[in-house]
Amino acid sequence: MKAELNEQALLKGLAQNDSKAVEALYKSHFSMIQHFVTNNNGSFDDARDIFQEAMITLYEKVQLDHFALTCQIKTYLFSICKNLWLKRLQQMGKYNNPLNALEETISVEEDLEQFEQKDAAFAIMDRALNSLGEPCKSLLEGYYLNKKGMQELASQFGYTNADNAKNQKYKCLMRLKKLFFAQYNIGE
Amino acid sequence: MDDIQLQETIERFLTGEMSVEERTQFEAIRKATPEIDQMVVEHDMFLREMDLYVRRKNFSKLSNQVFNQLVEEGTWTPIEDQSTSFKHIQLWSKYKKVTAIAASVGGFIALFTSAMILFFFPSISGNQILELSKAVEKIERNQKVQGHLLNEVKTKVPENAKLISGGSGFLIDTKGYVITNAHVLKGEGAIVVNSLGQEFKATIVYSDKNTDLALLKIEDTDYKQAKSLPFTIRKKATALGEDIFTLGFPRNDNDIVYGRGYLSAQTGFNGDSNTYQIQISANPGYSGAPVFNDKNELVGIMSSRQKQAEGVAFAIKANKLFDLVDQLEENDLTKDLNVKLNKQKVKGSKDRTTQINKFKNYIYSVRAFN
Repeated sequence: MKAELNEQALLKGLAQNDSKAVEALYKSHFSMIQHFVTNNNGSFDDARDIFQEAMITLYEKVQLDHFALTCQIKTYLFSICKNLWLKRLQQMGKYNNPLNALEETISVEEDLEQFEQKDAAFAIMDRALNSLGEPCKSLLEGYYLNKKGMQELASQFGYTNADNAKNQKYKCLMRLKKLFFAQYNIGE
Repeated sequence: MDDIQLQETIERFLTGEMSVEERTQFEAIRKATPEIDQMVVEHDMFLREMDLYVRRKNFSKLSNQVFNQLVEEGTWTPIEDQSTSFKHIQLWSKYKKVTAIAASVGGFIALFTSAMILFFFPSISGNQILELSKAVEKIERNQKVQGHLLNEVKTKVPENAKLISGGSGFLIDTKGYVITNAHVLKGEGAIVVNSLGQEFKATIVYSDKNTDLALLKIEDTDYKQAKSLPFTIRKKATALGEDIFTLGFPRNDNDIVYGRGYLSAQTGFNGDSNTYQIQISANPGYSGAPVFNDKNELVGIMSSRQKQAEGVAFAIKANKLFDLVDQLEENDLTKDLNVKLNKQKVKGSKDRTTQINKFKNYIYSVRAFN
């Protein structure tokens, strides 16, 4: 019972970007993944990449309204990592013998599919932002990513007042939207 | 109300910054004007995507920080699989170079794309690395020997600089503008070599890891500007099944190599709409090589190939060059770049050997050095 409560607390912390929760998850589960990956043609850094992706998948899952984890965190992370690593091995043309995985796994295909969809949208947004050029890119990142106020951004970029900065922000935003949707709609 | 004000109003509406009165008013306008209603829906969708983007980006950053902290504290001892560690160190060091993509996307698509670039690019997988480094040594030695024999033939690679990567490129404007892949340009500078073996100094004008396109400018008094290009740059999409061919420098001896194939899909890996899938036997070193159809039109730029499938390669769509030029113009404050893309149809022979003979003078081997 206590373990279950702990897991719930961890997931709650993860949903709120609590670095303590993230640290606890790394501490309890990363070595398992490291062993798995390094025993199957991978390196420490591969394990790190894979685990990071699994963490993002879990993070995005706990953000959902009807979130429910039907298994232990350990099983979930392992299942995701195993799936991702198998795919990676296949892409590298290295997958010739089945992996020796005795650990319990669950089916995570649906979650991975969602992850990949979000990944595609993420990549489109990233590309759109990066092709905006300056000062648009930094201005929008300042506003949306770093949640800075218009006044602060105005002085950072040297606009004479917040209104001018705001004006510029909307101009940039319109360009970004155009770039984003041009890609996004084709992608759909 | 102008566009900017409208955007602002819609955003305030969606983020709940409006007073009740204003809200009611706006909702009435929305109901009455389908265009505005559409804009609200679109902006709502955009903001949700932006929110997801921001969350993932921030979480990746946090998770990376936590991990690095734990590694510093010595929480884990990295275990390396001895048999493969060499290759993986190479892979990781490459991943580090593309952290702009890899770290931010954090997803397997991007990682896989860079894995493809890795593979495609000469200095990548185990054996290839050895080959390339040998090749570079060979080039250097040849140059040294030539230097002894003929004083006037000197390499244009600066002294003490090391050649580190290479690929292909081609002229898009006879003023000396050469297009290649961004991943070809690993080092600080580059030279280009034509099919006769003549070297020219070049500067890197622009390089974009996202589109994987880069622009060089030949800045060399030896460079003789041709009157016009023998091919045009195709803006429209290319039809499925169309015959295509490429000319590039995959070999170490600087002999130009011809390859032919066909357009096999309108999108690239994982539906990437920036690229075409083409069926062609692509060798490392073809990166940045032009892809032509038989109407004297440039349709794409070779960029990567799929590892597990035979002959499947990806070419960046030629119309991305127009985007690149637009972007250059927008960001170029001095206005001294002035890249002009040839949109005029080129009448010329459709005989392949005649085409190759003409085109090869406009195609270069690109060598980057540090």
